[in-house]
Amino acid sequence: MSNFTRRGLLKTTAIAGAGLAMPTLITSPVAAYTNAPTGGSVTLGFNVPQTGPYADEGADELRAYQLAVEHLNGGGDGGMMNTFSSKELKGNGILGKKVEYVTGDTQTKSDAARASAKSMIEKDGAVMITGGSSSGVAIAVQGLCQEAGVIFMAGLTHSNDTTGKDKKANGFRHFFNGYMSGAALAPVLEARYGKDRNAYHLTADYTWGWTQQESIAAATEAKGWNTVNNVLTPLATTDFSSYVAPVLNSGADVLVLNHYGGNMINSLTSAVQFGLRDKVVNNKNFEIVVPLYSRLMARGAGENVKGIFGSTNWHWSLTDEGTKAFVKSFGEKYGFPPSQAAHTTYVQTLLYADACERAGTFNPCGVAEALEGFKFDGLGNGPTEYRAEDHQCFKDVLVVKGKENPTSEFDVLEVVEITPRAQVEYAPDHPMFAGGNLGACNSGA
Amino acid sequence: MDALLLQILNGLDKGSAYALIALGLTLIFGTLGVVNFAHGALFMVGAFCAVTLQHIIGLSKITIDPTKVDFLGNPAKVKTPYVVEWFGESAGMTIIDWAVPLALLFSIPVMLLIGYAMERGLIKHFYKRPHADQILVTFGLAIVIGEIVKTNFGATEIQVPAPDSLAGVSDIGAMFGMGAGQLAYPTWRIVYFFFALGIIGAIFAFLRFTTFGMVVRAGMADRETVGLLGINIDRRFTIMFAIAAVVAGLAGVMYTPIKPPSYELGMQFLVISFVVVVVGGMGSLPGAVAAGFMLGILESFASMNVVKSFFEAIYLPSIDQIIIYLVAIIVLLTRPRGLMGKAGVMEE
Repeated sequence: MSNFTRRGLLKTTAIAGAGLAMPTLITSPVAAYTNAPTGGSVTLGFNVPQTGPYADEGADELRAYQLAVEHLNGGGDGGMMNTFSSKELKGNGILGKKVEYVTGDTQTKSDAARASAKSMIEKDGAVMITGGSSSGVAIAVQGLCQEAGVIFMAGLTHSNDTTGKDKKANGFRHFFNGYMSGAALAPVLEARYGKDRNAYHLTADYTWGWTQQESIAAATEAKGWNTVNNVLTPLATTDFSSYVAPVLNSGADVLVLNHYGGNMINSLTSAVQFGLRDKVVNNKNFEIVVPLYSRLMARGAGENVKGIFGSTNWHWSLTDEGTKAFVKSFGEKYGFPPSQAAHTTYVQTLLYADACERAGTFNPCGVAEALEGFKFDGLGNGPTEYRAEDHQCFKDVLVVKGKENPTSEFDVLEVVEITPRAQVEYAPDHPMFAGGNLGACNSGA
Repeated sequence: MDALLLQILNGLDKGSAYALIALGLTLIFGTLGVVNFAHGALFMVGAFCAVTLQHIIGLSKITIDPTKVDFLGNPAKVKTPYVVEWFGESAGMTIIDWAVPLALLFSIPVMLLIGYAMERGLIKHFYKRPHADQILVTFGLAIVIGEIVKTNFGATEIQVPAPDSLAGVSDIGAMFGMGAGQLAYPTWRIVYFFFALGIIGAIFAFLRFTTFGMVVRAGMADRETVGLLGINIDRRFTIMFAIAAVVAGLAGVMYTPIKPPSYELGMQFLVISFVVVVVGGMGSLPGAVAAGFMLGILESFASMNVVKSFFEAIYLPSIDQIIIYLVAIIVLLTRPRGLMGKAGVMEE
């Protein structure tokens, strides 16, 4: 004979239902946002290229993240926490919780980057995702973070679109962009090479290349230059000789290489091989310009970069207190100076932690509010502002040149001008950044 | 006209690399019947032989210069290459300058050893396995080799310059009665083209005019009968594998001043080299060489602005990215065995 009765079944069901609902009822006020930290630690997700062509840059980013975590948890010498204008960070983690991290490998592929970010959010409980060395990846991961309800602190991404047509309320970029490179470079190029120049552009065929080319062409044309041609080159190109050869007879006297990483190393090597730097065209010395430089790739390009102008977000040779503190921390820990990728990722981690402290929560909407319009100093770029309208940092931009007489293997670039913020600033509705909408912050609740 | 000539020259030097890699690939396929997806990795290892020798030659004695500081403000370390210390400034710098040609000598024993170890240690176990198994295992091997190189040399390209005297441009136009500077081309790329011709000629002569080559050719035609004659054809085929590895390695060494090598170099050339082999005809040595040069030239033409614009107008954008595969499709549709392929190869 069965012990089941109708009344007993109802009782059991009611108790079981209440039991199942209990955790939700109890935790719902705490879990008002995705991955709200509940224990004594908080997990950050560092999504960097650990394999693929930007693996060296990714490795440098990871070093910087690890250094930032060490400093946030009270280890080391504190680095830029000592020079940061905001004094919220005390070396006791974030909001009293010890900072832990997980890493993902973007492989510099959008789908792989999204998959690793998704895994860090869903499996590891990361409350913030940061990293990347490519605009395609940054835009893809930024979109994912917006949907998932976590903050995305972009790493090295230079396309106008990241904070332009693809901007998101949960995404923030400290790194500069193509427009800023053009605005900073054009006056220097005009001063050095004159107004009457014919530029030939070779451009990497993806979002970053397109927006940088558009920006550089617009800025140089405003100074009187003529854009002779713009040739899109496949990202997978390894031998650029067939793209460089036509430049010889094009009537151009400047070659602008809108390439980054391996593309830039290979295209510049080809251009130098074809003797472009020794040519005289239109009674002028032929010149090459690399609008976006990084020290890591400048090293890869070797002697070829000497005397070539470009722009960069930050350089270890700057003499401000923030830079000195960061270079000392990083250099003593790893034995070489940090790259601009390392700098921007370190700074982004501190900025996120500081925003959490000021907001008093890890809730992405609270953090976003704290970051919007935030003005700060002491992080290596001088006075800086996270503009509320597009979540883009505005600060001075460095114009650099390949050093003629380097004193060490790290001493490959020299800063020739620090372009003030006012010169590189633009309206939020500038046509090059149009078409996007930040939308509303998503906390994942 | 100058632009056309430039692209022909460009295609010839691109084709030189394709032909050299494809030659080794098809040689291995023709002798051992193995589809070797690790052949691109051998090209990359050759390039890194040049990088390694450059590092070895550049090994330096480190002294402290108290008058200079490093990036942390500590007294700077000054490096003086040992070759400069031992042989004097002039001779030492000449040795450093000629690192790439010297790396040719360095790479031959290294590549022979790697080729031999690869064939005896791995490939021989897959002779009787299906081609799909061979492709999988050699592709895996290529990834492993790439990762080993990345771990030791990093992911960023490394500059290995040509000797100064061969690093500039040569005024080819002037040699053919054109105006001065009208047709200038990088000297090292011309060197590479003639180097490739030399290697290709040497391989053909070796197979044609030596007893060893004759046996190998006989084995390629009928392995079983040659074995029945009491000739150890397997040993000879192993040696051919090692020779193919050396050819790929030499091609890689000489390519370093043209394209700074990274661990991805092998993969970048692998697919295109297979297309070259297939277009030329699996197992056909002249086919591989002819297809290599043909596809190199076509690829160069396809990246000309006027050609790209024309194909864009007929709804074929990015022709420079697809031309090689387009030609492969056309060739395989009209000549399924490739340009010079023979019946019976990969048709069992």
